[in-house]
Amino acid sequence: MVPLFELERVYELAKFDPAFQADFEDLLKNFAGRPTPLQFASRLTANLGGPRIYLKREDLLHTGAHKINNAIGQGLLALKMGKPRIIAETGAGQHGVASATVAAHLGLQCTVYMGTEDMARQALNVARMRMLGAEVMGVESGSKTLKDAINEAMRDWVTNVRSSHYLLGSVLGAHPYPTMVRDFQAVIGREARAQILAAEKRLPTHLYACVGGGSNAIGLFYEFLNDAHVKMVGIEAGGRGNGLGEHAARLAAHQGFTGARPGVLQGTYTYVLQNEDGQIATTHSISAGLDYPAIGPEHAWLADQRRADYAAVSDQAALEAAQLLSRTEGIIPALESAHALAGLLERLPQFKPTDLVIMNLSGRGDKDMDTYKRLL
Amino acid sequence: MTTAPTHSTRISKRFAELRDAAELGIVAYVTTGDPTLDATLRYVRALAEAGADVIELGVPFSDPLADGPTIQRASERALKSGTTLHGVLDLVRRIRQSSQVPLVLFTYFNPVLQFGLEKFAVTAAETGVDGVLVTDLTPDESEDYRRILKARGLDTIFLAAPTSTDERLQKIAACSSGFLYLISRTGVTGAKDVLPDDLPALLRRAHSFTQLPIAVGFGISLPGHVSVLGGLADAAVVGSALVSDIEKSASVDAACTALRQRVHSLKDAARRGLSRREARL
Repeated sequence: MVPLFELERVYELAKFDPAFQADFEDLLKNFAGRPTPLQFASRLTANLGGPRIYLKREDLLHTGAHKINNAIGQGLLALKMGKPRIIAETGAGQHGVASATVAAHLGLQCTVYMGTEDMARQALNVARMRMLGAEVMGVESGSKTLKDAINEAMRDWVTNVRSSHYLLGSVLGAHPYPTMVRDFQAVIGREARAQILAAEKRLPTHLYACVGGGSNAIGLFYEFLNDAHVKMVGIEAGGRGNGLGEHAARLAAHQGFTGARPGVLQGTYTYVLQNEDGQIATTHSISAGLDYPAIGPEHAWLADQRRADYAAVSDQAALEAAQLLSRTEGIIPALESAHALAGLLERLPQFKPTDLVIMNLSGRGDKDMDTYKRLL
Repeated sequence: MTTAPTHSTRISKRFAELRDAAELGIVAYVTTGDPTLDATLRYVRALAEAGADVIELGVPFSDPLADGPTIQRASERALKSGTTLHGVLDLVRRIRQSSQVPLVLFTYFNPVLQFGLEKFAVTAAETGVDGVLVTDLTPDESEDYRRILKARGLDTIFLAAPTSTDERLQKIAACSSGFLYLISRTGVTGAKDVLPDDLPALLRRAHSFTQLPIAVGFGISLPGHVSVLGGLADAAVVGSALVSDIEKSASVDAACTALRQRVHSLKDAARRGLSRREARL
């Protein structure tokens, strides 16, 4: 607990430290490439005949996904705490690459834990991390995916806690992680809100984002929380079926997805996919970044408050959405982000033509080319 | 400094006896249901007969964050054989038919939460559990849990770490009853060759905040480890080494023999107290 208290203390100071914030903003701008465009998806909009759709182009960031925002923030905190080494977990490899990148840039050592199943399906990102000088440790336990990588990263952290900072990649884990990661990602929504007001002179009617742990979604949603008429929709991985073990849908019981109940996993009380004895379930998704049995606690709260809606789409729907975006907009999305588009597509009949959607295009699809090549 | 616990459980009685005899206690951990509940019943009897003072029954969990590879594998075997918290509590009932050895459940929070806190406390007390240690429940979040367990006369044991500040040690001690579990080093469970050099200082610091008995765990497997703890701690917890003995044994009989031997040798060291120089060998 003491390392968590230390992290919380250092983070709370950093939040109001102009020098820290200046460093953070400088790296976001000049290293990561912020602000990212809010692009009007004109051909997609015309093709669908539905709402006006804007894409928040987080895929254009350095390393190819929104994960770099948080990695920069926590990398700077590691420096501030005088910790020469960072530990990270990764599912799709995007957070691992972002962490390895920031570690190299700031002169920190980096170890990344990754399930061996994910290493196989995201081989390009494994190669990138190693090129950046990070040590990539394969995790063989459990389902060999993101959950197991987090377990192993946490074991490393408690062992090397005096010298290492655990750079957790999503809005998960014990306090202060969910709050801190949200704050580092909230830049997405701040930019998007200003950009849509400039482009359309009004707020969006809907926000769409995919939700694994939920960092890109909360990053987009947070700035709009007080705009009560802006509907927020998080799209989870529906995998290949409704049964426990076939999906990673924690907040989609209304669609018949089974197995989610409030529980505790990895220091978080939230909705967790589990069996009746409280053993955590294995999950399935075509998308490594969404393949996780728990959801960030703030999403659980937003769902309970009915401030945000959550739903799941299948592997197949995500693949088809990825193809559609590629061919109408010339953007190959990450499989994770393709879920958000698939969720929007499934709700098309519910939209009015005057509706205005911002969809978070959280990552690009280079890492998923093997999967796309095989299945499309 | 907190006052000594007023209620008297099997755990505090045993520690009082150990204190009177100026003897270091041995707390023996096994993962319940590894490989079956019937085997665990025999292991517990063997451990108690060999002189284990307290037995910790590990409740297997799918994501044992605080455990190293040895206990992770044991948890996987136990889950594969269908072990549940219900099954563990049934086993406690069976153990109690023939033994009064103090029993502590060593568990993660989610299985207890899904069982239902109140129902868990009632069932655990009724079957004959003496204390509970939830590895991933912090004292800060434990108010309901402590109230409910205390009402049923169950001891609540919390983990203290080498990184715990004085303020933190105080809080952990205030939330604990039965004994305080002090982790010898930063990290997860698992046998190691040597104990950390700063352990005596850590023990002295912990003792200054509580009159509770202190058991030291994580990394303890050899008689030498036990003998250096004499006079510093009240008990040594041995876990992964026993689980490893079970894993390496070809049969339940062979495992019982190995467990007896290890506890005998640890108990011997606890009673005789090797010199510190010998302990390093």
